[in-house]
Amino acid sequence: MTSTAVAPDYLTASFDQLQAQNGVPDWLRDLRQKGLNSFRVQGFPTTRDEDWRFTDVTPIVKAQFQLSPAATAEVTAGELAEYTFQDVAPTLVVFVDGVWSRPLSRMDSMPDGVTVQTLTQALAGDQAELLRAHLDGQTQAAGNPFAALNTGFLAEGAVIRVGAGKQLSEPIHLLYVSTGAAEGLMMHPRNLIVAERGASAIVLESYVGLAESTYLCNPVTEIVVGENARLDHYRTQRESLSAYHVSTTQVHMDRDAHLTSHAVSIGGSLTRNAVNAVLDGEGCECTLNGLYLGAGRQLVDNHTIIEHAKPRCQSHEIYKGILDDRAQGVFNGRIHVHHDAQKTDARQTNRALLLSDRARINTKPELLIFADDVKCTHGATIGQLDPDALFYLQARGIGRDQARAMLTAAFGGEAIDDMQVEPVREHLSNMMRQRFTRMEV
Amino acid sequence: MLEINDLKAAIDGKTILNGLTLSVNKGEVHAIMGPNGSGKSTLSQVLAGHEAFDVTGGSVTYEGADLLGLAPEERAQRGIFLAFQYPVEIPGVTNTYFLKAAVNAIREARGEEPLDAMDFMTMMRARMKVVGIDADLTKRSVNEGFSGGEKKRNEIFQMLMLEPKLAILDETDSGLDIDALKVVAGGVETYRGAENAVIMITHYQRLLDYIQPDFVHVLYKGRIVKSGDKDLALYLEENGYDWLIEEQEKKAQEAAV
Repeated sequence: MTSTAVAPDYLTASFDQLQAQNGVPDWLRDLRQKGLNSFRVQGFPTTRDEDWRFTDVTPIVKAQFQLSPAATAEVTAGELAEYTFQDVAPTLVVFVDGVWSRPLSRMDSMPDGVTVQTLTQALAGDQAELLRAHLDGQTQAAGNPFAALNTGFLAEGAVIRVGAGKQLSEPIHLLYVSTGAAEGLMMHPRNLIVAERGASAIVLESYVGLAESTYLCNPVTEIVVGENARLDHYRTQRESLSAYHVSTTQVHMDRDAHLTSHAVSIGGSLTRNAVNAVLDGEGCECTLNGLYLGAGRQLVDNHTIIEHAKPRCQSHEIYKGILDDRAQGVFNGRIHVHHDAQKTDARQTNRALLLSDRARINTKPELLIFADDVKCTHGATIGQLDPDALFYLQARGIGRDQARAMLTAAFGGEAIDDMQVEPVREHLSNMMRQRFTRMEV
Repeated sequence: MLEINDLKAAIDGKTILNGLTLSVNKGEVHAIMGPNGSGKSTLSQVLAGHEAFDVTGGSVTYEGADLLGLAPEERAQRGIFLAFQYPVEIPGVTNTYFLKAAVNAIREARGEEPLDAMDFMTMMRARMKVVGIDADLTKRSVNEGFSGGEKKRNEIFQMLMLEPKLAILDETDSGLDIDALKVVAGGVETYRGAENAVIMITHYQRLLDYIQPDFVHVLYKGRIVKSGDKDLALYLEENGYDWLIEEQEKKAQEAAV
């Protein structure tokens, strides 16, 4: 990256427009300015940057993305029914083209000590200080130009706080919908999820494109899991197939904290997910699972970083990719065991299934180990469907296409098997089966 | 039902079946025996349609149709079932889901409505009992982590569920202890009837103590060289295959002279 990089004019214009809006505290304006400055210094990454070698963001650089107008397209609850899991997740926060939708959201009746708000609400209310304390601290350190860009445009998103000792059994669902009503929008959602000491919660975060259109969705989610707290985080991305989705999930874990993260990528023309977890207290347990599907010319890039900063933490990671046609996958899994993180137990598996000769995967485990009493394992495999299994299914009367779809969905299943919320898991595995049945020509 | 005529098949250019002829009618149970490498398993794989084998000559007619022109799933849909010698493990696909897909694929091919969940479960429970399959096994991935005996029982369970017209059992008895063997044989006896037929490929006469075959054939170098009734199996049990091999080699030498 060169220090002379500048932001394209369209970004500067949008930025000025955003900063001119009223009702924003000065510290937030300063934070945005810092974000944009940081982005300007870094610039958009190029394939000369090691971290972006296989992911060319030129189409994003060239596009003239605009911020959403205040008034957005109409979406009915019926159109969203397929994505909301209403039966299991009564609390729902919906954003349409980046703008919070009051009528589509269901955010009342939270128990005492649990807050679910939009960022705007949180800024105006008694959570402002909490927000200020948490915002940005972590992502700035990550040195990620897209996260810096998100901070530059920080305006809307969701803030969830689960107070100390609160046990929430029903998931909270954040749903970001792109309507495609206007072309070339950019969204920079910013979410903050805090599970305080001893709390427990499940948060679903979904990104959905309702119609084919080109847009940039660049969310940043910061997750703080307090001492002995437990958070399950499911992230599903089903953007339009012409959309760009660049996400950053930054996790900070305190002593004895548990985090289970599932990241599922299905849509998008270009997807880049960064998941960074810092295990910053003894006895943490962190599970990062991922599933990505690619077809056509989709590109899906997953970069994960697990920082074992303290002793006696465990991390498990399973990423699985299924790539057809000329789709490309990238997986980079870094496990960084710090100098005094003795007794670390870190396991990483990353497997890709290539359904066509022209599909490609670039995969790289990256273990940086500076402690001497640790267990670290990693395995990467790339393969095709097992012809013996295919024959076995056919020999039982199951047609070749259906047999392929069954085996493909079974391969991906391992990455979502641990999902506790069954309807979500079922929905995803049905979608996988349908998708791979359709893919057969 | 099944007419195999002068069948020749090869894998990787190596001829395994070399002019095999066999006729199977409804209601019959045929045992095919023979020393290792005689082509027993190749026969079962070719009949089920494994694409690794090239059919280089001869014909197979099944219920009047050219069997070799059908895809493996079409053969199964028309009532052919192969109990695999080495059942394949399929991680991530539960036994129940797999069976339901199979049962309904076959029903669909026959123009029947798919079974609803209740009927399917009722059918499954009844047949699980016959072969002593635990409910737990149906929830697990197909054959994954099953013991040898569980895998073989699962094959017979699938046979009972799919109700084939022609069942080919490929060394289903191999590696089974006597109790498992009885269970498997019991399953086959339950299935056996006037409207269907069984081809049992086996290395050991032992299975035939529990399932009485109507015919016993000996396969050697890709051909059936001797046929008889169950007494042939008993004779083979006592005397092994050596006498037969010698007889065959002698014939071959005479033919060469």
